[in-house]
Amino acid sequence: MSLYHQFEALEATPIADGVKNSVWLFPAIEATHLLALALLGGAVLMLDLRLLGAGLTAFPPSAVERATRPWLIGALATMIVTGVLMGLSEALKLYDKQAFWVKMIALALALVFTFAVKAPLVRRDPGLAAKPLALVSLALWLTVALAGRWIGFS
Amino acid sequence: MRLGFDPDASAAWLAAQPGSIALHESLYAYTWIETAHVLGITLFVGTIAMVDLRLLGLAFTRAPVSMMSARILPWTVAGFVLMIATGLLLFYAIPVRSFHSLWFRAKVLLMGVAAINIFIFHASVERDRGQWDLDATPPIRARISAAISLAAWAGVIITGRMIAYDWFDCDKPQSAFVHSLTGCPAGFTEP
Repeated sequence: MSLYHQFEALEATPIADGVKNSVWLFPAIEATHLLALALLGGAVLMLDLRLLGAGLTAFPPSAVERATRPWLIGALATMIVTGVLMGLSEALKLYDKQAFWVKMIALALALVFTFAVKAPLVRRDPGLAAKPLALVSLALWLTVALAGRWIGFS
Repeated sequence: MRLGFDPDASAAWLAAQPGSIALHESLYAYTWIETAHVLGITLFVGTIAMVDLRLLGLAFTRAPVSMMSARILPWTVAGFVLMIATGLLLFYAIPVRSFHSLWFRAKVLLMGVAAINIFIFHASVERDRGQWDLDATPPIRARISAAISLAAWAGVIITGRMIAYDWFDCDKPQSAFVHSLTGCPAGFTEP
C-alpha cells in the first residue's frame, strides 16, 4: 500500500471522522495544542537560556534540565496526541502540503537531538558545547513551530 | 450622538486607513505578523508559566522566588512587547470584525483579569516575599495568584485562537444573548 493510500485509510478511521464531523472538536484540540506549545516553549527556553548564559545562572545546566524534564515531556506528549488527532482529520490535505513534511522531519530531528544528544551532554556538563547545543535546539524547535504555523496558511 | 466616542465609527475609520487595508489585503505580511504573535505568546506565556509553577511549588522549588522573578521575568516582558505589538497590528488589519468578535471581547476581558491579578500580586501578595522566598511551597495567596495567572493566560490563548472561527460573526443569524454580547449593529454586513 502506498503512503498516499495509508493516509487515505487514516482519514477514514472513526477517530478522524469524529473530529471532522464535529464543529467544536477540532478548535478545542487546536487550542489544547497551543496551550501545550506555550508550556513546551517555556521548558525548552529555561534550559536553552541557561546554556546560553542567561536565566537561572545560579544553577548548573544539569539542574535546570532535571527541573524542566517532566514539563517538557508532558507538553510534548500533549502536543503529539493533539497533533495526531488534528492530522488524522485532514490526513490527505496534509499529505500534499510541503510544510507538513518539513514539520515532521524537523520534529523528528528535534526529538532525537533533545533526548539523544542535548540531554545526555547537559547531564554530563556540556562545557564549550553549551552554546552550540542551545542554538541548534532553538533552531530546530523554531523550524517545527514555523512549519506548523505554515500548514495552516499554505 | 450621545457619546463623545463612537466605537463603531472609530473601528470603521480604522478599517478605512491605507495601512489597515494594505495589511488586510497583504499576501504575506499578515501571515508573518500572526506567526510572530504566536512566537511572542510562546515566549510570554511559556516563561510566565515557569514562574507561576515555581509559585505553586510545582517546579524549580530550590530556586528562590526572587531569583525566578529577576532572571526569568525580563524574558516574559520581551515576549509581552512582541505579543502586544503584533496583536495591535492584527487588530489594525481587521478592526470592525475584531471589535464585534465574541472571542476577542472575552480575550480582552481575560487580559484585564490577568492584569488586575498582576497588580494585586505586586501591590500586596509579593510584599512579604522575604519571609517565604526560599519556601518550596509559597503561602496560599501566592499560589492562588499563580493559579489565576495560569488560568487567565490559558483562557487568553484559547479565546484568541477562537477569533479565527466565524460562528458568532455579525453577518450570521445569532441568538439575542449572543447579539447582546457582540453588539453587532442592525443590518450589519461584512465590509
